[in-house]
Amino acid sequence: MRAGGWIGAGAALAAGLAVLVIFFVLTGHDPAMALAAMWRGAFGSWFALMSGTLIRAVPIALIALGFTVAYRAGALNIGGEGQFYAGAIAATWAGLRLGSWPGAMAIPVTLAAAFAAGAAWITLPAVLRRRFGVQEVISTLLLNFVAEAVVSYAVQGPLQESQHIYPQSDALPASLHLPLLFGTRLHAGALLAMAAAGVLAWVFSRTRLGFELLASGLGPRAAVVSGRIPVERLAVSALLISGAFAGLAGGTEVLGVSYALYPNLSPGYGFTGIAVALLARGAPLGILASAVLFGALEAGAAAMQRDAGVPAVAVYVAEAVIIVAVLLADRFAVRARREATA
Amino acid sequence: MTAALLELRGIDKRFGSLQALTGAELYVRPGEVHALLGENGAGKSTLMSVAYGLLVPDAGEILVDGQSRTFRSARDARRAGIGLVHQHFTAVPALTVAENVALFAGWAVEPRRLRERVQALSEQLGLPLDPDARAEGLSVALRQRLEIVKALATDAKLLLLDEPTAVLAPPEAEELLVMARAFAARGGSVVLITHKLDEALGAADTVTVLRRGRNVTSRPVAGLAARDLAQAMIGDAGLLDEPPAPVVTIPDAPVRVAFEALDVWREDRSGVAVRGAVLTVRAGEIVALAGVEGNGQRELLRTIGGVMRARRGSLRVDRPVAFVPEDRITEGLIPTLSLTENVALGLARTASWGRGVVLDWGAAGEQTRELIDAFDVKTDGPTSAAETLSGGNQQKLLIGRALALQPIVLVAENPTRGLDVQATRAVHDRLRDAAARGLAVMIYSSDLDEVLTLGTRVVVMYRGELFEVPPGTSRAAVGRLMLGAGA
Repeated sequence: MRAGGWIGAGAALAAGLAVLVIFFVLTGHDPAMALAAMWRGAFGSWFALMSGTLIRAVPIALIALGFTVAYRAGALNIGGEGQFYAGAIAATWAGLRLGSWPGAMAIPVTLAAAFAAGAAWITLPAVLRRRFGVQEVISTLLLNFVAEAVVSYAVQGPLQESQHIYPQSDALPASLHLPLLFGTRLHAGALLAMAAAGVLAWVFSRTRLGFELLASGLGPRAAVVSGRIPVERLAVSALLISGAFAGLAGGTEVLGVSYALYPNLSPGYGFTGIAVALLARGAPLGILASAVLFGALEAGAAAMQRDAGVPAVAVYVAEAVIIVAVLLADRFAVRARREATA
Repeated sequence: MTAALLELRGIDKRFGSLQALTGAELYVRPGEVHALLGENGAGKSTLMSVAYGLLVPDAGEILVDGQSRTFRSARDARRAGIGLVHQHFTAVPALTVAENVALFAGWAVEPRRLRERVQALSEQLGLPLDPDARAEGLSVALRQRLEIVKALATDAKLLLLDEPTAVLAPPEAEELLVMARAFAARGGSVVLITHKLDEALGAADTVTVLRRGRNVTSRPVAGLAARDLAQAMIGDAGLLDEPPAPVVTIPDAPVRVAFEALDVWREDRSGVAVRGAVLTVRAGEIVALAGVEGNGQRELLRTIGGVMRARRGSLRVDRPVAFVPEDRITEGLIPTLSLTENVALGLARTASWGRGVVLDWGAAGEQTRELIDAFDVKTDGPTSAAETLSGGNQQKLLIGRALALQPIVLVAENPTRGLDVQATRAVHDRLRDAAARGLAVMIYSSDLDEVLTLGTRVVVMYRGELFEVPPGTSRAAVGRLMLGAGA
C-alpha cells in the first residue's frame, strides 16, 4: 500500500471519530466520558483487550480476509453474514455429533464442515454469476436473509436444545471447545486468523495465482486476452474461498465463544468485515490491524452503552462514516492519478 | 483579418512531469475548415480538450468572437457554440437516434415531435439519419454521423472533430470531409484534428501544425505540399518515405497457419462474421487484411490468435502464437499496473520465472528491463504504471512482450492505430524483422496505406469472405474491393 493509502485510511478514521463526537454532543452526552468508557471497554485492561476487542476481531478478520480474496478477483461478496451463519449451523450440527471423538480430531473436522458450509452457501450466487451473469452483489446479500431464517428454523426445529424451550441449540461438549489463550476468553481461532492472513499475504505478493487474481479484478479483458487467464473461473473460485472464510468464522465463533447456536450470534460481523477489508485496502496484514480496530470499536460500544448510557448504534454510525470516507478517498486518488497522467 | 470565431492564445498545460502544451495558439475564422495537424502526443487532443472545457489550461486565454471566456466544463463550451465529436462514440447503444440526440441536447422527449425535430435537423445539416433506428444497429459511419448531429443539436457554430476518419473506409471518409466543407460553406467552422497529411491538404483552408506541444506553423493550405507539412510535423521528412514491402513468394517455407471452410460467429454472436474462409500462411510472410470495420477481419484474426473459437471448419495454427490486440488499454495492458506486472501478465504462464506456483518478481523485472531496452520503450523504468507511457511506447512494449513468447505465428490488430509516424515506423520495422526471422505474421489495419506498405500479401475481407489481391493491384482497386466490388 502506498503512503497515500495510509493517509486516506487515517483521514477516514478521523472522520469517523469526529462524527462520533458530534453524535455525543447532539444527544447530550459528555464526549470525554463516552470516549473514556469506549477506551476502557476496548483497551482498558488485559481482559478488555483479549476478551472484548480481540475476541470480536477474530470473526471480523476472517470474513474480511475472505471478502478481500473475492474483491481482488473483481467479485463482491456481500453475503459474509449469511455464510457465517451457514458455517455456524454446520459447526453446531457436526459438533453435536462428534462429542465422542477426541477434540484433536473433532475440532478440525467440525471447522472443516463450517468452512465447506460457507462455500456451499455462496455456491448458488457463484453459479448464477458464471452461467447467467447475475450480479453477486445482490444474490449474496439476499442470501443473508435466507441464512438468518434458516438459523431461526434450526434453533426451533432440528437443532433445538433437548428441553425444547429456548430458541437455541444444545451446548457443545467440552471436547469441541477451542483451546483458550493466556487464560483469557480469547480462543485459538485468533491463531487461525493470523495464519490465514500470513498465507494470503504470501499468495497475494509472491505467487502467480495472487497476481492472476489481481489482474482479473483490475483488467478482466486484458487478463483474458493478453494473460490467457480463466477470469470467470478464478472469480468463481475466489467467491467460494470467500464464502468458506466467512463460514470458518461462524465455526470458530461457535467452537470458541458461544459453544452453541443462537439467532443473532453475529452482531453484523459480515458487514463489519467488508468495512475492515476496504479500510485495509485488501492488504491481509492490514486487515488484521483494522479488524482489531473495529473489534475495539464494537467492544467499546458495548462498554459505552453500559457505563455512559450512550446507545451502541452510535459506533455503527461511525463505522459507516469510515467506510464512506475510505471510498471517497479512493475516488479522489483515482481522479488525482488521472489528472496526473491524462 | 477576419475576427476569429475561436482563438486560443498562449495555452500552457502540464500533466505531472509532462509539459503537454507550451504557448499553443489556434486561430479559427468563421466559415473555414481548419486542420490541426500533429503526431500522436503532439498535444492536439489536449488543445481540443482545452477548447471544449474538458481541461483548464495552466496559462493562456480562450476567446470566442473576440471575447475572453473561461470554460469550467464542456457545458460552458457548448453554450459558447462549440461542439466536439470524440474519437470514441458516446451514443447510448440501446436508445434510438432521436433519443440519443435529445439526451445529449437536453430536449424534451415527446416522441412524435422529437422524431420530427431530429429528422429536420439531420436533413438540414445534410446528414440524413433514421430517427427511429437504434444506435447499436448503425454502421460505424452512421454512428459517427449521429455523433455529429448530437454535437450540432446544441446550435454549435464550431465543430471540433477528433480524428474523425480513423474508423472510416476511404469513400466514407471522403463523404465526411465533404460534409465538413458544406458546414463551413454555410458559415460554420470546423477544426479537423488529424495526423493524415492528405486530409489536411485536401479538405482544409488553413492548417496549424503542433509539435511537442508548440506551434510549428499556422498558414493557408493553398500552395503547401505534403512534404512541407511532414517536415513541420516530425522535423525529419525522411521518415515518411517507407518503401512498400517487396512481393515475396516463399514456396518452400513451411505452412504455419492453414484454414479451410472456416466460419466464425460475430463477437456479439449476432450472426456469422467469417464464412467459408480459406487461406494458408507460410513462415516469413506478412499477410495484411484490409476491410471496412465489421467485415470479419477482427473475428478471423482473433480466432487465429486463440482469443475466439471457430464455429466450424478446419483451422491449424502452429504454436506458440502471440496476439497483439488493437485496444491497448483494455485488452493489451492493465493501465494501473506497472510495466513489470504487465509483462508478467503476458509471459508469466510460460516464462521460467512464472510457470510455477511462485512468481519471481525479480526475474520478471529483469526481463521487463531487457524489453524496455531492446524495444526502445521510453519510460522511467519497469515500476512505472503502464498508463504513464505514450501510445507508441505502450505498443512497443506489447510487441516486445509478444515476441518474448518466441512465437511461430504473430497476429496483430491495427498495430499502429493512433501512433505517430516515428512510432509507426518502429512498429513496422519490428514486424518486418519478425517475418524475416521466419515468423508467420498476420495483421489487419483500418489504414489501407498500412496494409499496402506492410503486407507481403494483401487480402481483402468483405462480408466475411476473403479476396486475395494480386501483387501490383492499385490502391483504388483495393479500395473498391473493400466495398464489395469484387463479390
